[in-house]
Amino acid sequence: MTELSKTGAAVGEPVRAQDAPTAFLEVRDLKVHFPTDDGLVKSVDGLSFQLEKGKTLGIVGESGSGKSVTSLAIMGLHRLGARGKNVRMSGEIWLDGKELVGADPDEVRRLRGRDMAMIFQDPLSAMHPYYKVGSQIVEAYRVHHDVSKKVARKRAIELLDRVGIPEPDKRVDGYPHEFSGGMRQRAMIAMALVNNPELLIADEPTTALDVTVQAQILDLIRDLQKEFGSAVVIITHDLGVVAEIADDILVMYGGRCVERGPVDDIFYEPQHPYTWGLLGSMPRIDRAQTDRLIPVKGQPPSLINVPSGCAFNPRCPYADVPKDNITRTERPELREVGGRHFTACHLSQEDRTRIWTEEIAPKL
Amino acid sequence: MISYIIRRTIAAVILLLVVTAVTFGIFFILPKLAGQTADQLAQQYIGKNPSPEDIAAVKRNLGLDQPVYEQYWNFIKGIVSGATYDLGPTTVRCDAPCFGYSFKDHLEVWPQLTSRLPVTISLASGAAVLWLLGGITAGVISALKPGSFFDRAAMGVALAGVSLPMFFTGQLALLLFSYQLEIFGRTYVPFTENPSQWANTLFLPWCSLALLYSAIYARLTRSGMLETMNEDYIRTARAKGLRERNVVVKHGLRAALTPLVTVFGMDVGLLLGGALITETVFSLHGIGEYAVQSISANDLPPILGVTLLAAFFVVFMNLVVDLLYATIDPRVRLS
Repeated sequence: MTELSKTGAAVGEPVRAQDAPTAFLEVRDLKVHFPTDDGLVKSVDGLSFQLEKGKTLGIVGESGSGKSVTSLAIMGLHRLGARGKNVRMSGEIWLDGKELVGADPDEVRRLRGRDMAMIFQDPLSAMHPYYKVGSQIVEAYRVHHDVSKKVARKRAIELLDRVGIPEPDKRVDGYPHEFSGGMRQRAMIAMALVNNPELLIADEPTTALDVTVQAQILDLIRDLQKEFGSAVVIITHDLGVVAEIADDILVMYGGRCVERGPVDDIFYEPQHPYTWGLLGSMPRIDRAQTDRLIPVKGQPPSLINVPSGCAFNPRCPYADVPKDNITRTERPELREVGGRHFTACHLSQEDRTRIWTEEIAPKL
Repeated sequence: MISYIIRRTIAAVILLLVVTAVTFGIFFILPKLAGQTADQLAQQYIGKNPSPEDIAAVKRNLGLDQPVYEQYWNFIKGIVSGATYDLGPTTVRCDAPCFGYSFKDHLEVWPQLTSRLPVTISLASGAAVLWLLGGITAGVISALKPGSFFDRAAMGVALAGVSLPMFFTGQLALLLFSYQLEIFGRTYVPFTENPSQWANTLFLPWCSLALLYSAIYARLTRSGMLETMNEDYIRTARAKGLRERNVVVKHGLRAALTPLVTVFGMDVGLLLGGALITETVFSLHGIGEYAVQSISANDLPPILGVTLLAAFFVVFMNLVVDLLYATIDPRVRLS
């Protein structure tokens, strides 16, 4: 709890039993800050969401919006290594009734890989080049299961087979560099699933792969989720990916959630100008070829000097619509705009509906 | 793998031939180019005030009046099948591998080298074990807590270790621990005769040499670890729930040590060719001391012999390093 006092966060008092959430994964007011020579980097600044088992949450945002930092925070990976001391975390992360932010690091370590597992963006650099793919999976299994290498190897072959790697009994002895990109990502998935984790976090799982393989990997993740019944968090900057796979979508901007809701709401009734921007910049097959993509103008915000008021205001075309310059002075709170659909925007409901139906939707 | 070793061995032999040719050239062609006559050259191979018969004998035995390629051929032939030196009154049979004959000491070079080799190998291997243990441990701990007190202290000692010359640290250690405190002996005893005495005498030279080298290894390990611990696969290892100790040793250190293997091979190869200063400071009768003696006596055959032996060790260790690399890093294909 010492980290909490540093940031002066309001939450994080000793947790009482009734505080424990009912959702399988619940993140409450998560803050991950990194002190640097240039100032405090507020990578994640007050993020909350819930996720049930068997459901998929897509976290979307541009580079530096805090997506990956969030996932590493859930896994408890920020605290480790030489840089571990330089991180300030506060808030709560509840996984299956256990709070992780204030937990003993060794307790979190035991959950890691067993209850929650992660798939990384670039499977080539994420796998150790010196060890056989099989022995890396065996290692992941034996950390949490007291079994012989032989048993673990059988399990590894079984998993490699399950994720669709041909001749798994031969490939188990191959090295990562002997696998193709797609096969490597499949092996990475096998490694993550070897302990039947209840939470699977996929951090840009398809970004390093070519398009034909992307779809296969997404199909695989979806199938496996059905089979294992796990909760999946998929982190991406690609709205196409989440459209295919997610139940809920959380849009991040500048370390905060700007919009969150069921996938259909986000695609068909998006409420936040940034979400509109993301949708406008996404290529779509049902769009006329002559239409130009509409980029979100400007640069992602600095996480050291986050713009005051709404972090998106310097890039927002509608920043001057609300009265009294409020977009530049007051930070908008996340408000419910419909069933389980939240947005953090100063625009009034009428303005948002009008702009969406009259200006944005026709161009998409 | 086998064919790779064979090919590399052939390449190593060719390389050694080149080294002999160059060394030979330095000793036999350069003086000629500088205008020395065969008689003057022969004089250099004998002690002071040689008789005309001695000069004639040396000239005849080394073929100094013959063309250079003939001399070189004789030299190579000697290594492969031995040579006979006709010294007027006596003849000396120099068995293969014959690395020449010192007309000053009246001794063959090869037995000198082989009798001194155990000393040099003992010195180099003991020191290597110490500096690997010390250097890598210090480097890893420093890298895990960069900027900590240990890191600063270890890197400070490392800097001192690199900067202090052997003839300072070695003599200081001798003075303190051998002459004053009389903890360590000064007479080398072969390992086969008395292992504890062997270790006792070699302890100071090991430590002095290890201090010099572990400094470099600590710094190399530190920078290598700092780099690898930021790799994605370290994050993966942690995400599996491995204990941090296993992450560091099994995943971090293994990768960080790869570049160290190259340096280690070179260092050991060079040391096996004789640790000149260390052996002189501690009066160890190894290859290095032999080289120093021969150089100061201007005795060319032993110098040539030591040079070739040293070259052999460097080439050999390089081959070992390449083979090791392929076992350490599966991405290195031997072809």
